[in-house]
Amino acid sequence: MSVLLSARGLRIAFGGLKAADGIDLDVMEGEFLAIIGPNGAGKTTFINMTTGYLRPQAGSITYDGRPILGMKPRRIVRAGIARSFQLPQLFTEHTVLENAALAIAAREGLWSPLAPLLRRRFRAEAEELLDRFGLLPLAGRRADALNEGARKLADIAMAVALRPRLLLMDEPTSGVASAEKMAVVETLARVLRQSRVTAVFVEHDMDVVARFADRVAVWGQGKIMALGPPEQILNDPAVLRDVIGIAPREGSHAAA
Amino acid sequence: MSRTTEILLALAAAALVLLLAWAVPWLRFVLTIALAKGLAVLGILLLLRAGQVSFGHALFLAFAAYAVAFGASTIPEALILLPLAAIGAALLGLVIGLFVVRYREIFFGMLNLALSMVFYSLLEKFYAITHGTDGIRLPPITFAGQTLGSEAQGWAMLVLALVLALGFGALVRTYLASPMGQALAGIKTREARLEFMGASGRSVLLAAYVLSALMAGAGGAVLAMTSRHVTPALAYWTASGELVFIAILGGAGSVFGPFLGAVAYELTRVYAAALVADAWQMILGMVLLLVILFAPGGLWGMGRALLARRRAA
Repeated sequence: MSVLLSARGLRIAFGGLKAADGIDLDVMEGEFLAIIGPNGAGKTTFINMTTGYLRPQAGSITYDGRPILGMKPRRIVRAGIARSFQLPQLFTEHTVLENAALAIAAREGLWSPLAPLLRRRFRAEAEELLDRFGLLPLAGRRADALNEGARKLADIAMAVALRPRLLLMDEPTSGVASAEKMAVVETLARVLRQSRVTAVFVEHDMDVVARFADRVAVWGQGKIMALGPPEQILNDPAVLRDVIGIAPREGSHAAA
Repeated sequence: MSRTTEILLALAAAALVLLLAWAVPWLRFVLTIALAKGLAVLGILLLLRAGQVSFGHALFLAFAAYAVAFGASTIPEALILLPLAAIGAALLGLVIGLFVVRYREIFFGMLNLALSMVFYSLLEKFYAITHGTDGIRLPPITFAGQTLGSEAQGWAMLVLALVLALGFGALVRTYLASPMGQALAGIKTREARLEFMGASGRSVLLAAYVLSALMAGAGGAVLAMTSRHVTPALAYWTASGELVFIAILGGAGSVFGPFLGAVAYELTRVYAAALVADAWQMILGMVLLLVILFAPGGLWGMGRALLARRRAA
């Protein structure tokens, strides 16, 4: 496996809070990497720096061997890095189908004022995309009329529509009712594996991390405190107690 | 409403306009002016889709009107003056647009207003060139090489205005359904997402802005050639406000709205001014209030709701 994204010595502080204090992190092509850690640790900041929305005070980020720091967010997207949001960013007055078609149109170049958005090719691809996400029955609904689970999936579907090589997801299951959470995760895992997308996701739900991640990075006090496969990280009592600040999961004591 | 229905409706409306102008001769002038303003309002509608209101679009209308007035002495041909003036307005829209599309909402609206007032002052103060508030009278112009009598000239301008209204109406309708038009509506709800899809919200708005300036320019050229007289009042901020007023009166939901609104506005103005000379602005104010309160879809929205009810009954 080759390195797709590589961060070296990232530093950024907001006032006194060091969100990143010398972060080194490699994302391997094809893997699902989870970033866990307490609220406010700097996990979303990492996504914002990688997508060009925040400039670190020091350090470098290379993607596919090229430095991307200082590039405009739009160019980073065009280079193959897409993201989804903790709070879904949908075009609320458009239908789900139009949202997906707009993302497809954005990938292909928006500049065609004379053919409709829902032309045959875009519509077919949008429907196929929504079908993979299990959203096709909701295609005609306005985006602001969806429940949180569907909104999250639609948000991620729009990022996937850009055909990225690297997808950064900020808490893909937060706000999703616990009953539908695992279904959302299963859908996501299936679609992303099919699309051969490398994924980095920030997540608080350790069950989701255990189910979904190939590797887990623990972000705390501006540093990567631990990095490894989920079975190792999630059963490490020190990580659980000192870094994540949660009680060990039931049954994990025996394993530890 | 299907595309065929809309095309038939547009043609029927055009026929109705011609019929009205034939039956009531003095209405021909009023209807031509209304259609000319409707073209500019079509541009306001485009920007409204992005949630942006320009309180300065009369700038482009006035610019093209003065371009016609200045150009008429060297090129006295309507079919050359009109496209030149409209393209001139579009180029000015590009230059101003590059600056104003960086701003949103109140800042966008006020910057447009400020720039239009700068233009107004230039027209008013440079008396040696523009004759100040006296304005400029247009010399006689030809139409497709023909020198027409005032009667034929009036008809030619009305037909020209109708053709432009139908053409730009169809163009804007197509544009709004296209990715560029849909992205324009996306600026209103989630511009940040456009950026995260690798698209530029500013460019999307700029394209619409230039098109809106082009249409306002076409309207301004028709206005100048119809009234045969241009004054700085064309660029005054109340003229811009009038365009926004008409957009809301007619309804921003369809390309029919601007023209329906413009015709209703001009007719109300003419009749109200004749009947209650001192109170016609109050009447317009009341009408706007009623539309905002009870018919947010404007006259077009009201008409469509009535049609739908009749069809359902």
